[in-house]
Amino acid sequence: MRNSSTLAANTSYMPSLPVKKRRIHWSWNKTWAIVTLIPSLIAVGIFVYGFLGWTGYVSVTNWNSFIPNSSFAGLANYKAIFGDFRFQSDLRNLLFLTIFFILLCMAIGLFLAVLIDSKIKAESLFRNIFLFPMALSFIVTGVVWQWLLNPQTGVNLIFKALGAKHLPLWYTSSKVVPSFHLGQIQFGLPVALLAVIIAAVWQLSGFAMALYLSGLRAVPDEIKEAARVDGANEWRTFWRVTFPQLRPITVTVVVILIQMSLKTFDLVYAMTGPGNGYVTDQPSLDMFTTTFQADKYAQGAAIAIIMFLLMMVFVIPYLVQSLRKEDA
Amino acid sequence: MAVRRLNRSILYAVLVVLSGVFLMPIYVLLTTSLKPNSEVDINHMWWLPHHITFEPWIQAFAQLGPNLGNSLYLAVGATVLSSIIGALNGYALSKWKFPGSNALFPIILFGMFIPYQSILIPLLKFVEGIHLYNTIPGLILTNTIYGIPITTLIFRNYYAGIPNELLESAQIDGNGYWGIFLRIMLPLAIPGFVVVAIWQFTNIWNEFLFAITLTTPPHQPVTVALQNLSGSDVVQWNVQMAGALEAALPTLLLYIFLGRYFIRGMLAGSVKG
Repeated sequence: MRNSSTLAANTSYMPSLPVKKRRIHWSWNKTWAIVTLIPSLIAVGIFVYGFLGWTGYVSVTNWNSFIPNSSFAGLANYKAIFGDFRFQSDLRNLLFLTIFFILLCMAIGLFLAVLIDSKIKAESLFRNIFLFPMALSFIVTGVVWQWLLNPQTGVNLIFKALGAKHLPLWYTSSKVVPSFHLGQIQFGLPVALLAVIIAAVWQLSGFAMALYLSGLRAVPDEIKEAARVDGANEWRTFWRVTFPQLRPITVTVVVILIQMSLKTFDLVYAMTGPGNGYVTDQPSLDMFTTTFQADKYAQGAAIAIIMFLLMMVFVIPYLVQSLRKEDA
Repeated sequence: MAVRRLNRSILYAVLVVLSGVFLMPIYVLLTTSLKPNSEVDINHMWWLPHHITFEPWIQAFAQLGPNLGNSLYLAVGATVLSSIIGALNGYALSKWKFPGSNALFPIILFGMFIPYQSILIPLLKFVEGIHLYNTIPGLILTNTIYGIPITTLIFRNYYAGIPNELLESAQIDGNGYWGIFLRIMLPLAIPGFVVVAIWQFTNIWNEFLFAITLTTPPHQPVTVALQNLSGSDVVQWNVQMAGALEAALPTLLLYIFLGRYFIRGMLAGSVKG
């Protein structure tokens, strides 16, 4: 407080300052700014860029046993993983996980945001209930949902009490629907993956809600009023007027959820593992076991590089766009 | 008017039902963790305990206690370090635009977006090389460095909201780069520190991939220890559930009491610019 009051007083005589003196002062400060950043730049230079390059290098060597081997393998490791039943399953699983996870999180998140934005009582209580799973680790989520979606107990007990005849097998199912041959694998949605999707949506739909809520709060009431005056009902007002205003938020939600889905590791590790016939496996899990359990470092590195490239496809346009917006 | 009131009732009914669905896992965790072994039964998962016992909590704590200590050491250490670094970087990037500073920001930020599998092999070799494999300091170092992008981002955006006139007048008072930082920016940045600290603490406490790659028992943080506990066939699930709650409690309490800072951190980390 003391600081801000003295500062406010000082601002008043600001303009009388000679400009020349200020310039000299500023450049000395800019040197300090650069010096401040140097340790972080070195750290990030090694741990992010250096290590990425190192992983890329490992992926073109023959290091596929416990003993490091730096002889050049060309693209052999990439050929090996793309021909592999497990990695093909991973790509299929990742595709379906991403699609379902994002659509469900967005739909539920938007729905919850609209409910909470309807001038309700106990707004913060409800918001906190929908968002609290974000504060948990995926391991805790995995442990509890493993029990809830265990076909012998959990949610199935409720279905049974309601009179359901055919109880879902959840993550123990090895079915893929619709199933047709593609490469080595059966292409389609692995039913077991739905269990993982449910747990992930439980944990992260609150995140989509919070982002949408901040977006809804930013839509000016006058626009909605104008639409209502023109005779549009609530439903039409929402889809024609409010929703288009949420487009930038939707882009952010999608990009962040894609990132989370590509990074999915802990949840699957704790909840299901690779699954029966790799029905719940993910590239992240494959990379981990290939590298550290099977000691196939070069193949693990190749999987890691594919994961990195997949991520960049979505992240780079987003980064470029949001930084360009900032400059404008 | 009657229609409106009916609509409101439906609205609240939907909210209450959905809240029930969201809280269901917590109900199961809590009730199961308070049941004696004799009441743990797959057919009666939803029943309340007849006799409440804290035995599962005690048993779980006997197993996870040291790991909770590891996690606390790790999360506090890495949170403090990454927050300080973020505060310094954010200040340098937001208030002293030097040639190239706009290019440096995305270079630092980029580290936030990579899947950590893509740096995991070199990271393991590096941490082994500096003799920090299987130590909490090794994990502190790792989590601090990969925390730099997000803490820099949050502080940079936070400082951008502090008017430049404040800095200019402080300069007239004879403050240099560090004087302005210590006397003006730090005191004003306290809410920013709270946001960053809560966000980092939660993420580092919950982190799993680095922890399982860089440590083995007994040096593991609680996420890995909980995974080992729940993967074991000999551990009853009332103990597993109690363990899960014990592992979740610190971040859950932070969320309950300081949730609004948590939400701010989340929004700051996701909405760029």
